[in-house]
Amino acid sequence: MTDATKYLSHLELGEPDQTFLDSNELIINMGPQHPATHGVLRVILKLDGEKVLGTECVIGYLHRGVEKIAEHRTYTMFNPYVDRMDYVAAVSNGLGYCEAVEKLMNVEAPPRANYIRVILTELNRLASHMLWLGTHALDIGAMTPLFYTFRDREEILKIFEKYCGARLTTHAFRIGGCQYETYEGFERDVKNFLAFVPPKIDEYEELLTTNRIWLERTRGVGVISGKDCIALGVTGPVLRASGVKWDLRKAKPYAAYSDFDFEVPTGQNGDTYDRYLVRMREMRQSLRIIEQAVGKIPEGPIMAKIPKVLKPPVGEIYHSIEAPKGELGYFVVSDGSTQPYRVRVRPPSFVNLQALDVMVRGALIADVIAVIGTLDIVLGEVDR
Amino acid sequence: MLDYIQGYLSSNVTPGQAGNVFWATVYILIVFGAISVAVMAMNWLERKALAHFQIRLGPMRVGPHGLLQPIADAIKLLTKEDIIPSGADKFVFWIAPLIILCAAFTVYIVVPFGPTHAITDLNIGILFMLGVASLSVLGVVMAGWASNSHYPLIGALRSSAQMVSYEVAMGMAVVSAILMTSLHGLGMYGVAANSTGTGTLSMIDIVKAQQEQHVWFFFKFFPLGLVAFGIFAIAMVAETNRAPFDLPEAESELTAGFHTEYSGLRWSLFMLGEYAAMIAVSSIAVTLWLGGWMRPFPHTLGGETWDLVFSLFPGLTFIGLAAIAFIGVVRMPKHPYFKIQTAGLAGFGVALGLIGLILFVPPVRDRIQDIYWFAAKVAVFMYLYIWYRATWPRYRFDQLMKVGWKVLLPIAIGVLILTAIMGVLL
Repeated sequence: MTDATKYLSHLELGEPDQTFLDSNELIINMGPQHPATHGVLRVILKLDGEKVLGTECVIGYLHRGVEKIAEHRTYTMFNPYVDRMDYVAAVSNGLGYCEAVEKLMNVEAPPRANYIRVILTELNRLASHMLWLGTHALDIGAMTPLFYTFRDREEILKIFEKYCGARLTTHAFRIGGCQYETYEGFERDVKNFLAFVPPKIDEYEELLTTNRIWLERTRGVGVISGKDCIALGVTGPVLRASGVKWDLRKAKPYAAYSDFDFEVPTGQNGDTYDRYLVRMREMRQSLRIIEQAVGKIPEGPIMAKIPKVLKPPVGEIYHSIEAPKGELGYFVVSDGSTQPYRVRVRPPSFVNLQALDVMVRGALIADVIAVIGTLDIVLGEVDR
Repeated sequence: MLDYIQGYLSSNVTPGQAGNVFWATVYILIVFGAISVAVMAMNWLERKALAHFQIRLGPMRVGPHGLLQPIADAIKLLTKEDIIPSGADKFVFWIAPLIILCAAFTVYIVVPFGPTHAITDLNIGILFMLGVASLSVLGVVMAGWASNSHYPLIGALRSSAQMVSYEVAMGMAVVSAILMTSLHGLGMYGVAANSTGTGTLSMIDIVKAQQEQHVWFFFKFFPLGLVAFGIFAIAMVAETNRAPFDLPEAESELTAGFHTEYSGLRWSLFMLGEYAAMIAVSSIAVTLWLGGWMRPFPHTLGGETWDLVFSLFPGLTFIGLAAIAFIGVVRMPKHPYFKIQTAGLAGFGVALGLIGLILFVPPVRDRIQDIYWFAAKVAVFMYLYIWYRATWPRYRFDQLMKVGWKVLLPIAIGVLILTAIMGVLL
């Protein structure tokens, strides 16, 4: 307990009692080894019975020093490392990094590469949302959706595997475009997937959307206002569910997103149920984007003309993309050498996790689990 | 010796009533063994059925289709190191699983598997059953407290609150079923209008009342019996801490609830107790509302021909199971690696088939029927438990309390009052 109290800076904790039975307030460690913290998050909870009086997140159990590693690798060599941050949305991470360096070098990926990038990134968004749905439902006690979503996510991973040989940490893109041309039958596979997945999404919704217990567990739970979201820097579906229509794909289009017609789903209440609905609708919008893109992949090269050894000019750049979890930003500083002087990542999970305390204060233990699930954090990205 | 056994077979009372200690002991051993086997079978079935709900295969390696998995699990649990946390109250920690186990198994004393197939027939049978079953909450609280750990403590607090609250609604639903035993219903249910009914708390007499009134209480005073049954069916899931009311052991919140600190043998005793309790409450539901050991349609499809047809069911069930096993044998991969498994499954099928054939023999057929129908009805509930678990998310604690006190209890009291009024009016 003394170890736990060390961290409780803002929980206004007095002297710890001799045994927990003497106290009305109970301090428990949720994690780092806990079934529902999505990795190795440790949350210290101050409880009054079942009620949560305050939380403190302790992170860093998965810290690998990704940003520091960048300073000792060339731009090209660092590319695969970013896949290891948000390992369920590795393609998005790669896209953000590649585009940031391209911007720094004033290079633009050719249109064909951009289309391939959009298709793979949106597939990855689907995969990430599917994994979120399965684990979130599992946290709230519904076991079955997990297996359904994993079954369907497998189809996406198969496409990745056929495209670049890897399933999870794909390293799909290169600075300047894509390394691999689409394989034969790529379009057919993607089209088959587009026909395969909408009934599956209907299936998930059938299990959950109007389920009475699901509604009770998610409605009015973990409410956060749009204003608070902006103040805390929260982005992505969490922000949109609070009624703020902010999607970088629309606001600052990158890759080929300006070519496609899609909607940005928003919610009003900013509760867990709205975040669920927003993500479910986003999955359908992703399908729409893929459908438009796969029909008209332009012909041409897939790699821009870039030198063999990358030496971006002296300067700095911040480039951000809409990753499945929110705004994923890369701040790259170049000193003109082959290695970046500094790479700073703005991971959406890390920033969104800040909202946890605001969202669960006064709620019950079970809500903490629901909120951790709905924030859709990946600890690899939080700790980097 | 043979005469002695035959003398028993023709008796019309339970061994408890006859004061026959020898037969009572034999019955207790049979029931204890049968429930333990049923728990193992349930364990396998739950893993398999749940797996198939979730597009998985479930256990496939230990024995054909994982049939030996429960045995492997049991051996693993028995040989595991038995850990007692350093700060734990050793005696309480040790005795808690035993209390749960004893509470779960003691209720079987009054469960009527057939008109004479009960260990004994107490005249306060249903009260005894509810009372003993609710003792298990003591074991849960003791386990949570003795572990000297946060998660078990919260789990135990949740559990005690939950079990105590749902017992109220459960009790009300049970009372309305008991009322039905004494209400004749103006000749509607085949009993003379001036009869006073049989008003009873004895488990066997409750089923007999349903026999005499020619109605399962499930259908009596439609929809009152149905609603009371529904309340009981919900409350019994909460009472046994199963999904969607499995908060005390909510895995994603409290790791494993009150038995977080338990391992090995002691943990397996908790599991045994939980499954035995599930079967016990299901048998209460079957006895009170679903006609206990009565076969379906005893009156609309009466007569000797139908009696004969329905008496073939136990044998046919086992033959059917044997057929499923043989389909499995045919579909086994032909690779030599699967030779032993194939032989094992075939042997299992043969054993099931032989049991089926024995069940066709007339004297066995007549004696086994009651037990068969009782077990079949309980099995439906067991399947429902699995189905719930596969389908629904988990309630939150305050919502659980709300459902118990604000929804189930008022409805249960309403049903109770209406049942009483109906009984007087009709």
